Amino acid sequence: MSDYQIEFRHVEKSYGDNLVLENINCQVKQGEFITMVGTSGCGKSTFLKMLLGTEFHTKGEVLLDGEPILAEPSPERGIVFQKYSVFPHLSVRDNVAISKEFESSVIGRLFGKKRKQALDEADKWLDAVGLLHAKHKYPHELSGGMQQRLAIAQALIKHPKVLLLDEPFGALDPGIRKDMHKLVLDLWQKYQLTIFMVTHDLEEGFYLGTRLWVFDKTRHDPHAPNRFGSTITFDLPVGKTDEESLEIIEESLSLHALSA
Amino acid sequence: MNRWINKKPSRPLAIALGVLPFLLLMAVYQWGSDTRKAENPNDKLLPSVSEFHSAIDRLAFTPSKRTGEYLFWQDTKSSLQRLLIGVACAAFIGLMLGLITGAIPLIGANLNPIVTAISLIPPMAILPLLFIVFGLGELSKVMLIVIGITPFLIRYLYQRTKDIPNEQLVKAQTLGGNSFQIIIRVLLPQILPRLLDALRLSLGTAWLFLIAAEAIAATDGLGYRIFLVRRYLSMDVILPYVLWITVLAFLLDWLLLKTSKKAFPWYHAAK
Repeated sequence: MSDYQIEFRHVEKSYGDNLVLENINCQVKQGEFITMVGTSGCGKSTFLKMLLGTEFHTKGEVLLDGEPILAEPSPERGIVFQKYSVFPHLSVRDNVAISKEFESSVIGRLFGKKRKQALDEADKWLDAVGLLHAKHKYPHELSGGMQQRLAIAQALIKHPKVLLLDEPFGALDPGIRKDMHKLVLDLWQKYQLTIFMVTHDLEEGFYLGTRLWVFDKTRHDPHAPNRFGSTITFDLPVGKTDEESLEIIEESLSLHALSA
Repeated sequence: MNRWINKKPSRPLAIALGVLPFLLLMAVYQWGSDTRKAENPNDKLLPSVSEFHSAIDRLAFTPSKRTGEYLFWQDTKSSLQRLLIGVACAAFIGLMLGLITGAIPLIGANLNPIVTAISLIPPMAILPLLFIVFGLGELSKVMLIVIGITPFLIRYLYQRTKDIPNEQLVKAQTLGGNSFQIIIRVLLPQILPRLLDALRLSLGTAWLFLIAAEAIAATDGLGYRIFLVRRYLSMDVILPYVLWITVLAFLLDWLLLKTSKKAFPWYHAAK
């Protein structure tokens, strides 16, 4: 077994003739915070879906803890989508407790003392994301930012090996987004999470993670735009968050966005 | 505000405007009735209010000479019983099949074509068949309602199940739910309020099939009575019965909406 938690080896993903990702080779250690940026249609979301298990790679290997990754969503990988991540018919508390109920009841419903325990644990995680005061509310009573906090609490109670965030703050106001960044960083440090986050906001990706990946096409055929897929063109490590790199990436992205 | 599209009525005005057509209708009826009565005091087509009164009194508040029953209430009870049993059976089948076909693609692929095919059969066309198979008793009338509205319910609820965002299903899987748990805890509770929506939409159709079945073969019921007294041109009975059916239909619809709002506040708030 290698030191890496996640490993992509010569991974390729295509839909028929449409090559989306090619030549993906990367290793990620436990506790890294990776942000992924790129133009729309660059395959960053497809990459996340391969990690999640809703899409499966067509070539190569994807390993999680040295084992081939499951081609179906599982509790090892938590997810927060931009929206629709929470269950509208359950209270905030039940939204978090439901995974405990899935775990220890065939019909997915606990009663009496066991339910009390599940709710207590849910409260603990609601407290961690700063949502304890709203535990009896329903999702429609929450603001967008609070709904995302809830979605994060839901994911964390399962102690996932990897937390996947798919443009989680894309629909939020800038002020709220700042609060959410702080929350995610706090949780990441406190619980030693491995996080993959897709964002369309380059600045967000640049300052939030420990490692920034840029997805882009290296080869381009103007007559057959689908012939070549994207790959990871930049892999910036921690600390390299200087203005210059930001500009280089920004330039390269806008260049390809224009030619695409 | 000069444009008509911008002028909105105040609450009292809206009520007055809404009541007006009813008053007009009543006035026109009264005028028509008076005119005809002036020509022929025995006219049966547009009975006067006192004739309605005596007809209602005779059917609803005087025991029948022949059976000792209060016919109006007996008719109401029989009709409502058939309607509610039929609708309840249809709701149960519709919920089960709509949910399972929407949740499990393999079962959907298996059952959707035949449900679509059955939904295209006009139920009235197979009413004689129902009478042959289920006899002339209660069962055939209930079956007509069931056959009449179940295919719609299945297809509607299938679609609503499909409409639930896939993100929720993926999320539930990452929370460790298996297919059964996800159906029971994520899909079913979200489909229930939509079932009540579907029932409200299909109640009108259910009444149609009920009255059709009663008109053809029954010994009591609201539809039976209307078609029975038609022979004697008893408008004094027909019109109150029609009005009563309308009131019942309205009450059932209102009851379903109330129940839905009470039981599923999150559904109505999010809409």
